Formats: sequence, C-alpha cells, structure tokens
Amino acid sequence: MQEQTETDQIRLELARTLVAHLEAGENEDADRVIGELAEIKENELFTEVGRLTRELHEAINGFLLDSRVSEMTQVDIPDAKERLNYVISMTEQSADRTLTAVEESLPMVEALDKQAGELLAEWDKFRSRLLTKDDFRGLSDELAAFLQQTQHHSNSLHDNLSNVLMAQDFQDLTGQIIRKVIDLVHDVEEKLVKLVRITGGKLESSKKVDDPTVLEGPVVPGVEQGDVVANQDDVDDLLSSLGF
Amino acid sequence: MKILIVDDFSTMRRIIKNLLRDLGFTNTQEADDGITALPMLQSGNFDFLVSDWNMPGMTGIDLLRAVRADAKLAGLPVLMVTAESKREQIIEAAQAGVNGYVVKPFTAGTLEEKISKIFERVEG
Repeated sequence: MQEQTETDQIRLELARTLVAHLEAGENEDADRVIGELAEIKENELFTEVGRLTRELHEAINGFLLDSRVSEMTQVDIPDAKERLNYVISMTEQSADRTLTAVEESLPMVEALDKQAGELLAEWDKFRSRLLTKDDFRGLSDELAAFLQQTQHHSNSLHDNLSNVLMAQDFQDLTGQIIRKVIDLVHDVEEKLVKLVRITGGKLESSKKVDDPTVLEGPVVPGVEQGDVVANQDDVDDLLSSLGF
Repeated sequence: MKILIVDDFSTMRRIIKNLLRDLGFTNTQEADDGITALPMLQSGNFDFLVSDWNMPGMTGIDLLRAVRADAKLAGLPVLMVTAESKREQIIEAAQAGVNGYVVKPFTAGTLEEKISKIFERVEG
C-alpha cells in the first residue's frame, strides 16, 4: 500500500511536470516525461510477469517432485499393462476350456439322442407285439449296450460340466485385477487434472469428437461412443431403410 | 457349402464354427485376419464368408472391398459379425456390399436368421 501511494505520488508529480512543459511549449521535455511515465507502467508489468513465471516454475517442479507421479509412470502403469494382459490370457483360457468341454459333450448328447430314438422305435414295436423272439434278443442286447454307454457318457458329461464350472474362476480374479487398474486410472486422472490447472488451462467439458474412422469396439453402457445402434433390431432397421 | 470364418480371436472363431455346425454347415475353415483370408478365398472355392471387422493386419471392411473388387469373388455372400455398432460403419459396410450385419454379442438365433436370409436372397 505504502509502495502504491509512492508510485501514485511520483506519477502525479510527473503529470504536473508534463502539463507544465506542454503549456510552456517545451516539447522535448514533455516527451521525456511521457517516457518516464511509461517506464513506471512497464516496470509493474515486468514484476508481475516475473512473479507468475516463478509461481509456474515452482508449481511444475512441485508436480514433478510428487513421488506418486514418478511411481505411477515407472511402476504402476507398466504393472497395469501386465495385469490387463494377464486378464486377456485368463479370459481366453477360460473360454478355451469351456469351448473344449462343450465341443466334446455335444457329440455325446447327439449320439445318445440318436440311439435312444432308434431303441424307442424298437421298443414300441415290442409293446405292440411286433417283435419275434430273435428280434427281442437283439433289442435286449442293444438296450444293455445303450445303458452302459449312457452311464459312460454321463460320467464324461459330468466331468465336462465340472470343467465348465471351474473355468468360471477367472471372473473373481480378473474382477480384482481390473478393479486395481480402475483405481490407478482414477489416480492418473486426478494428477492430470492438477497438471491442467497448473498450466492455466480451463477444464471445459469438451465433447468427444466423433471420428468415423476410429473403430470403437463393443458398445459399453454409460460411455459416450457417438452414434451407435442399441441392438440387432436397430441394425436390421437401419439396413432395411437402406433397401436391404 | 464351404464357409470361411475370419476373426482375430480364436475363441470367437470356435463359437461361430460350433454354431454353424449346429446349423448343419460342417465344412468350415478359419483365418485370423484379412491378409490370411484373401489368398484362401482366391484359391479355396468358398461359398460363404463370415468376417469380423476390427482385426490387425487387414480389417474386415478392407477384406470385403477386396472381395468385391476381385472378379472371381465379387459374388461371394459376406456376413459381417462384429462389435462395431456405429451407424456410419453399418452404412459403410452396406455401401461396400455386405450381405448381412450381425452385432456382437449375438445369439445363435440371430446368426441362423441372417444366414438363411442371405441364402434366400442369393438363391432367389
């Protein structure tokens, strides 16, 4: 405040001198006084720029020295990439185990269904008394073989279904891993927001630019992905509007 | 009926292969992107192509364009099975000459419906 009044005093004095010079028609002296006045203004500006520069420098240094930032870039982010790769490989393994079990089981079910159908037809003939004694003996052998195979296939199906069951263990593990990565993304977001603030940028809620050449991948509920269809019915409607 | 299934994820190829087998199409082969698929198509006498869109190397839309540009393959029916669900992309695929478009995740019923529709149109 003291400094402010001092500056004001000087300015007032210079202004009076300027008026005096102008009234006396001393143009050269008047120009000199105008120069002095401008200098005062410039000095203030330089001081202010200097102060801002120092503040910015300190803020950036503080940000860089924040141990969390270097830890994130050197440890957590590479670590997160490893974790996410592990999620991909775990889900792939699980899908493979499940698919293998299903691929093994389907032919067994189909075989049982086909044999049961054939035996049922024979059995109906027997109940309608259309079978000879020899035919019945054949049917009886077939039935015994079928029951044996049913038991055998049931055991295999049980094993395969257990495999499908066990293959779902990835859900728990990948869930935990992904949650950790979400926490990290949240941390990084906070640091980035801070950095944007330091550099004086404004966090305007800019709308994501919809680039049609970028492949978005699966639709995720709650994520802005541009003009996407909601389901297969929408696809069908769109295509039929195009003459499909 | 010989069918080529193109997808970069082996599990998705297996799922589609099993669904097709359930529908009675047992003669299927697989490729993991457009670059491997195109020579197979050119030399393999395929009757039908099922392709994903987003694949490394050569994408499904580029494969579709390559198929339509090839005099020998131009008439091959192509079904796109993909997670890409932007309107522009569906229109782009339609303009490139796709015969059907199924978005993932899909059901066995949807796949069957689209395939039978394509063959009705191709034969009719």
